Amino acid sequence: MYVAVKGGEQAISRSLELLAEARRGDPSIPELSLDQIREQLRLGVARVMQEGSLYDEELAALAMRQAAGDMLEAIFLLRAYRTTLPRFGYTRPLDTNAMRVRRRVSGTFKDIPGGQVLGPTYDYTQRLLEFGNVASEPSTQSDAPLPDAMPRVLDLLDAEALIERADAGSDPEPIDLTRDPMMFPADRATRLQNLARGDEGFLLGMAYSTQRGYAESHPFAGEIRMGEVDVVICPEELGFAIEIGSITLTECQMINQFHGGNGLAPQFTRGYGLSMGEGERKAMSMALVDRTLRCDELGEPSVAPAQNQEFVLSHSDSVEASGFVQHLKLPHYVDFQAELSLLRTLSKQHARQHAAEDMRAPETKP
Amino acid sequence: MSALLQVRGLSHHYGQRVGCQDVSFDLHPGELLCIVGESGSGKSTLLKTVAAQLTASSGSVRYHQRDDSWLDLNELDEAGRRRLAREEWGFVTQNPRDGLRLNVSAGANVAERLMAKGMRNYGQLRAIAKGWLERVEIDPARVDDAPTSFSGGMQQRLQIARTLVTQPRLVFMDEPTAGLDVSVQARILDLLRRLVNELGLAAVMVTHDLAVARLLAARTMVMQGGRVVETGLTDQILDDPQHPYTQLLVSSVLTT
Amino acid sequence: MTSDYNFAFLDENTKRMLRRALLKAVAIPGYQVPFGSREMPLPYGWGTGGIQLTAALLGPDDVLKVIDQGADDTTNAVNIRRFFARVTGVATTERTSEASVIQTRHRIPETPLREDQILVFQVPEPEPLRTLEPREAETRTLHALADYGLMHVKLYEDIAQYGHIATSYDYPVLVDGRFLTSPSPIPKFDNPKLDRSPALMLFGAGREKRLYAIPPYTHVESLAFDDHPFEIQRWEQQCQLCGSGDSYLDEVVTDDRGSRLFVCSDTDYCGQRRAEPAA
Repeated sequence: MYVAVKGGEQAISRSLELLAEARRGDPSIPELSLDQIREQLRLGVARVMQEGSLYDEELAALAMRQAAGDMLEAIFLLRAYRTTLPRFGYTRPLDTNAMRVRRRVSGTFKDIPGGQVLGPTYDYTQRLLEFGNVASEPSTQSDAPLPDAMPRVLDLLDAEALIERADAGSDPEPIDLTRDPMMFPADRATRLQNLARGDEGFLLGMAYSTQRGYAESHPFAGEIRMGEVDVVICPEELGFAIEIGSITLTECQMINQFHGGNGLAPQFTRGYGLSMGEGERKAMSMALVDRTLRCDELGEPSVAPAQNQEFVLSHSDSVEASGFVQHLKLPHYVDFQAELSLLRTLSKQHARQHAAEDMRAPETKP
Repeated sequence: MSALLQVRGLSHHYGQRVGCQDVSFDLHPGELLCIVGESGSGKSTLLKTVAAQLTASSGSVRYHQRDDSWLDLNELDEAGRRRLAREEWGFVTQNPRDGLRLNVSAGANVAERLMAKGMRNYGQLRAIAKGWLERVEIDPARVDDAPTSFSGGMQQRLQIARTLVTQPRLVFMDEPTAGLDVSVQARILDLLRRLVNELGLAAVMVTHDLAVARLLAARTMVMQGGRVVETGLTDQILDDPQHPYTQLLVSSVLTT
Repeated sequence: MTSDYNFAFLDENTKRMLRRALLKAVAIPGYQVPFGSREMPLPYGWGTGGIQLTAALLGPDDVLKVIDQGADDTTNAVNIRRFFARVTGVATTERTSEASVIQTRHRIPETPLREDQILVFQVPEPEPLRTLEPREAETRTLHALADYGLMHVKLYEDIAQYGHIATSYDYPVLVDGRFLTSPSPIPKFDNPKLDRSPALMLFGAGREKRLYAIPPYTHVESLAFDDHPFEIQRWEQQCQLCGSGDSYLDEVVTDDRGSRLFVCSDTDYCGQRRAEPAA
């Protein structure tokens, strides 16, 4: 007697139990505390906040623990939670000029006003596994504390009119991509929002492709800076601005050679990247892709994948991509049945045709 | 007889750079006009601006419709432009791959414009497609083959069939024989001359090849630096060029 | 019902946004309305569009049915039903005739729907032209101009290559003589049920951020050629459980020697027929 594939309900609840057990691991080993994750896995926390579009270290740490370290799952958890949060208003634009810089480097000049500041970076570690405990010696205090705000490297070029002007006033009010759907062609503010939420690995690959001939971009790292920036809101009922705290940001401004075109003079052009927390790889990738996506505006031929905004922006989001790739796990047997019948028909037809051709073959031989 | 197309003071600029500048001409029904000039002379820009694929920076293009009214292309919206391109005009590109759908069969390529016009009988569509393959000298047995399996010359003939199947009143051709072997070129030019005559088409063709103009066009325009430097009957222009640039073009053909 | 979340998970402003978009969709049958799709606690591609629509529709008195592949007990259907039970507390049912809102993936119930019912489809790819034209800006223009020759190129090609139209599911339809529309990946067997249906049909694509509607009694035509008319799947077999000869059948592999069993894909329909044998 045939028994229908029943019991989805029970199967799911058993699976949840197994998952909880697997996530916790050996119960004799203490569970990770959210403080530990926040303090000791801070770069992971930063990525989850950035791509989860929510600056909350505590929730990001919780999501990472719940996802057993699967970053894309953690990002997804944070995004779904974010949906339920009421929207009180929008902050004033962040002033990264006034960033309290902890790291700031430029590849374009040997020395720059304010200096090259390495800060906490993996760049010059020798990537040797450190088998002992991580040394917890206090870091050496610098004799000369860093200034509160540093001039931007790109402003030096701006003074000489060698780089395109970025007029703060000329930008139209951006849409909120988490409230309004993306429409094509997307303007730059919308593209940047999409890239900011985009998967780091995807953007890294796209950015890399532009360096290997799939779109000419000739980039220089004009300036990368990381530090704290104040967040300011101006509630309607108050009518004046109040500072609600500060967040860590990484900003990258790329400078790209441009020989002129579309009525524009030869000049350096800009690519922009911004990431919550310490997210230098992400910010740099974003800046490269941002510049590459400006091809239409600058009259550059659009041939490479990274120049195709529908291609890049439609496939950058890990929550969308991961969901759709993995939805293939769901039952598709109704459609499969339809395809099965179709294939049987086609294969019968094919066999009949071949048989007919074989019959004819001897006669048609010369 | 009234003109089919009236071009007046037409210019297209790429930013600061001039594509074509202040071009005027009339095209009459059944007439084939050639635009000749070196590469960079603005002839392709002019063709695309007349065909409303590029927006005119200044000047006008007017098209004489079947109902005897004049249509100003500057005032045409996207919907109207596409309707015109689909139902009244045709455009043959230099590289047939740009004008064909490479992922569907030759038959589907030919039938597409008919289906866009609403024809919904498969048997009829297929019969017409086969008929057109024959007209452009492609074996109708290859109706289900992919264009990618065709030679360059066959692909170009397929593009011509695909364009002419709806019997457009006006066809634009951008160097349709450039990039093909000389013997293949001759066959296509011959075919074009025959079809243009049979169908009574009006056509504007861009070419850098004066011999092509001599073979096909009653009238020719010579372009240099985005401007028309000489225009007239093709034989007159080739046998007795007036402008120094035309003289240079003609003599360079003769010496090679 | 979990009180940490608003009724039906989404906040009231989001629901209002969705309802406005739905009204627009009903006003322009078959037109894909872009909407501010939210990130739901289920993955994209798993029914987030349908879930958002259902969340915007449900009131406390509604009775919800969720099916996937026609069945109420497949894991995804169970999961979505559990989700709504948790965040709304509404009554759920497996009976088609008892439901006021039915969310579905890949099927239309065999039991005819009524005017007081709404069918919500989960849609993975709302754009029927997508596989033929990947650029969204271009497909929107084609819709605006009702320029659908491209779709017929595909059908022509099928006949040329296979002798008949080889699209077995997600078979394109023309809604109200105007918009080319994806019926979602239902088998073409279900297409005729779309035509002049008394029930409102709503379609949600969460990942693609589009929703659309087929209002009650709207004419829905499955594309075809005059000499190659639209046809639905037929089986030589009857359902081996309820004996139905006119429902969509699943083929179940019963052993490793290739034995097959054919049963109704619509589990409720099959169950009802077995419970009330023809008198």
